[in-house]
Amino acid sequence: MRYGMAIDTRKCVGCSDCVVACQTENNVPIGFCRDWVVEVVDGTYPNVSIELRSERCNHCANSPCVRCCPTGASHFEDGGIVLVEHNKCIGCGACIEACPYDARYSHPDGYVDKCTFCIHRVREGNNPACVSVCPTSCMYFGDLDDQNSKIVNVLKNRKFKSLAPEAGTKPQIFYLV
Amino acid sequence: MRTRRDFIKICSVGLGATALTGSAVNWVVGASTPKGSLKDFRGVRRVPTYCEVCFWKCAGWSYVTEDGQIQKIIGNTDDPQCKGRLCPRGTGGVGMFSDPDRLKTPLIRETKNGEQTYREATWDEALDYIATKMKAIAEKHGPESMALFNHGSSGKYFTHLLNAFGSNNVAAPSFAQCRGPRDTGFELTFGESVSSPEVTDIRDTRCLILIGSHIGENMHNGQVQEMSEAIDRGAVIITVDPRLSTAASKSKYWLPIKPSTDLALLLAWIHVLIYDELYNKEYVAKYAEGFDELKVHVRNYTPEWAYGITTLKPELIRQTAREMANAAPSAIIHPGRHTTWYGDDVQRSRAIAILNALLGTWGNRGGIFFKEGIKIPDFPHPPYPKPAWSWQDTLNGRYPFAKEAVTNTVIEASIPGEGKNHVIKGWIVSGTNLIVSIPLKEQLMKAIHSLDLLVVVDTMPMEITGYADVVLPECTYLERHDDLRATAHREPTLALRMPAVEPLYETKPAWWISKQIGQRLGLGPYYNYKDFKEVLDWQLKQVGSSLNEMEQMGLKKFERKTPVYITPGSDYKFKTASGKIQLYSHELEAAGFDPMPKLTLHPQPEEGFYRLIYGRAPMHTFSRTANNRNLGALMPENAVWINPQVAELWGLKKDQYVFLKNQAGVVSNFSVKVRITERIRWDSVYIVHGFGHHHKPLTYAFGRGVNDTELISDVKIDPVMGGTGMRGNFVTFIKDAAKKEAKS
Repeated sequence: MRYGMAIDTRKCVGCSDCVVACQTENNVPIGFCRDWVVEVVDGTYPNVSIELRSERCNHCANSPCVRCCPTGASHFEDGGIVLVEHNKCIGCGACIEACPYDARYSHPDGYVDKCTFCIHRVREGNNPACVSVCPTSCMYFGDLDDQNSKIVNVLKNRKFKSLAPEAGTKPQIFYLV
Repeated sequence: MRTRRDFIKICSVGLGATALTGSAVNWVVGASTPKGSLKDFRGVRRVPTYCEVCFWKCAGWSYVTEDGQIQKIIGNTDDPQCKGRLCPRGTGGVGMFSDPDRLKTPLIRETKNGEQTYREATWDEALDYIATKMKAIAEKHGPESMALFNHGSSGKYFTHLLNAFGSNNVAAPSFAQCRGPRDTGFELTFGESVSSPEVTDIRDTRCLILIGSHIGENMHNGQVQEMSEAIDRGAVIITVDPRLSTAASKSKYWLPIKPSTDLALLLAWIHVLIYDELYNKEYVAKYAEGFDELKVHVRNYTPEWAYGITTLKPELIRQTAREMANAAPSAIIHPGRHTTWYGDDVQRSRAIAILNALLGTWGNRGGIFFKEGIKIPDFPHPPYPKPAWSWQDTLNGRYPFAKEAVTNTVIEASIPGEGKNHVIKGWIVSGTNLIVSIPLKEQLMKAIHSLDLLVVVDTMPMEITGYADVVLPECTYLERHDDLRATAHREPTLALRMPAVEPLYETKPAWWISKQIGQRLGLGPYYNYKDFKEVLDWQLKQVGSSLNEMEQMGLKKFERKTPVYITPGSDYKFKTASGKIQLYSHELEAAGFDPMPKLTLHPQPEEGFYRLIYGRAPMHTFSRTANNRNLGALMPENAVWINPQVAELWGLKKDQYVFLKNQAGVVSNFSVKVRITERIRWDSVYIVHGFGHHHKPLTYAFGRGVNDTELISDVKIDPVMGGTGMRGNFVTFIKDAAKKEAKS
């Protein structure tokens, strides 16, 4: 089992609902976020295009954050979800430096925090909060090893990319383009 | 200006006295997370509600923890308006509840040592004060001299109050400052408007045409969801916008039109559909009248003619006309919503309606469908007295097609003047921040300073509260029962709102406030209930449900009894006088207006000035969410969008702050951040509406960004229905704050 996410940039309107839903679901302090929206504008008027995409921890299969963590707080859970165990974390911030996606932040309570793929919801059979709230339904979450899953299906049928592939981190989030 | 009604900043009266209390708000403003746990709180109880952050009113559930904290709000999966997915504003609605700047106690204006200030008052004091003043106004001028300005769910209770009192001067900015021209244009053409939520069948359409409508940035949830479905199904989207809106970026065709020339494009499209014989002949012959006149009328409106006006290439105009004709009748020329642009807006909306008619979209799948709703009877009350005069009399023979009260004329009637028979002396303002929603500032201020009574009911210390004689703190939608949401759309639905928690501070629901004032005015029989739950239960029982049932379900669907589309071959009668679609409007002609839309050329900016275009951001609703911490974190301020060529000309840098000055010399209160982007034309700038609050009690929103309304001093009023056209203003930049000479 290998959890992943596919995000359809053709449908995303950049509304940031994923950010608010994550905030209320996971009690992320205001002013911090576990996910965020990026807008990339290309071209010159009137030949312009925009890519909108919701970003978060890529739950990389080859995670620099897990490798560099001195206490083992950053670790893999079942399904490849990268988690930070708050009470093992000493807040040294090595993982924040190591992450090529800038996906982690220092929580005011002294530990490092980031997207958990809403593992508490996933274990109950639900989608992460961001996926289940998205008004455009542009996010697909599921098991990349399950050939019958929706996510595998969309990745088979659409062109996609991942972010900073040159970093060699094997990210598990894919952007449909 | 010293007047009897000085502007009072509410913070000056020590609202800190009732500071954020209890743990009820701790959760949402960021309680600390116990280390090591993945899920710290579990919603143990879910309470039905429908959202009040915008007018879409999506049904949802408030999740309340064991210790009575609102953890989150999640959409109701049964609700066709949101399908379980609230938009960012709905999800962030908890921020309205937890806002530390909320109004907390009733306030009464008083003069102390020659200075006007507010003092905290008890509800009894405040309500007695209002009732006494209202009685005095009625005695001297008649009950008609009370008026209401409203937006949102609470308006209904104060409408009831005024109707019972003997006035129907009830106005909402949603008509003359927003959707009025669209509704009027469609009523004149099809005999009915497209309602709210709009009856556009975006879900099933093959071609969606947006004209200045930026779905995705205006987060009208159901429409955004349906547009996404349409994208999935490969529908063609055509977007006409001087700015590369989010919707434009998802479109097969983006028509980067020169602002203010939309009507030329619409007429050219009509021309192509008719002269290239692309229109739906059978539909037009069967359901429309005036086609021959229309054909003659648009003869010269060729795409080549439109090219010189719109800057859109003739071939692009032809190609997009063919695209929509290929898809028709499964096509929608979207009527838009905020349509008060240039003062000829009814005519532009008429052109949009005519295009829809030529393509045969109304009554066809993928076009515009027939709505059906469930009728909820009014809770029994004595008949309302008949007012001696009403808002129609404030029109003074103008705006013959205004079907709803025009805010501007009600405001005008509040300014005493020679030869006026109808004078308004008291206002109740509920849920609308008139200072930001009404562009006619001078008139508005004159009216406000002439009133005998101004009552403002709100949850937040919006700018308008500073002008009130009495400020009444309303509880948020998460703390109250409200009227049932009875939506007419594809399926009839009912949704219930009930309190998730008890109201914080001294706040009260609007139904209670209305009832209390009513009883003090001797209108007790109009409020024949103790608690609003009685009203809801009675109403629900009339339609075969009950409060108990709705408390469990939150939303109930009812079976549809009428067809969604025109039954093929049937003799459908439109709701116009003749039963036919009016391509040629005899009604408009009889009132002295163009029976078919003609192009009006609008002024263009002078050198160094840029047209001010404003719009929406998906995480904010008007000016009401700017202080919401959850949403403010996503977009704390607006920025002025400037084309890179213009920025270079002015030597402007990214993220630099500039003041904006309009053609009349009005300078923005605050400076605004520069956003240099290829998404905007070089003859225009763009800002998101709703920022630049200048009321300090809005501690978060104060001074963040600029308020477009204060820069809209040239208002072009639509003679057909009184809409205030607001897109005819031009701004320039003041780079050096020291050189800012305000004239406002």
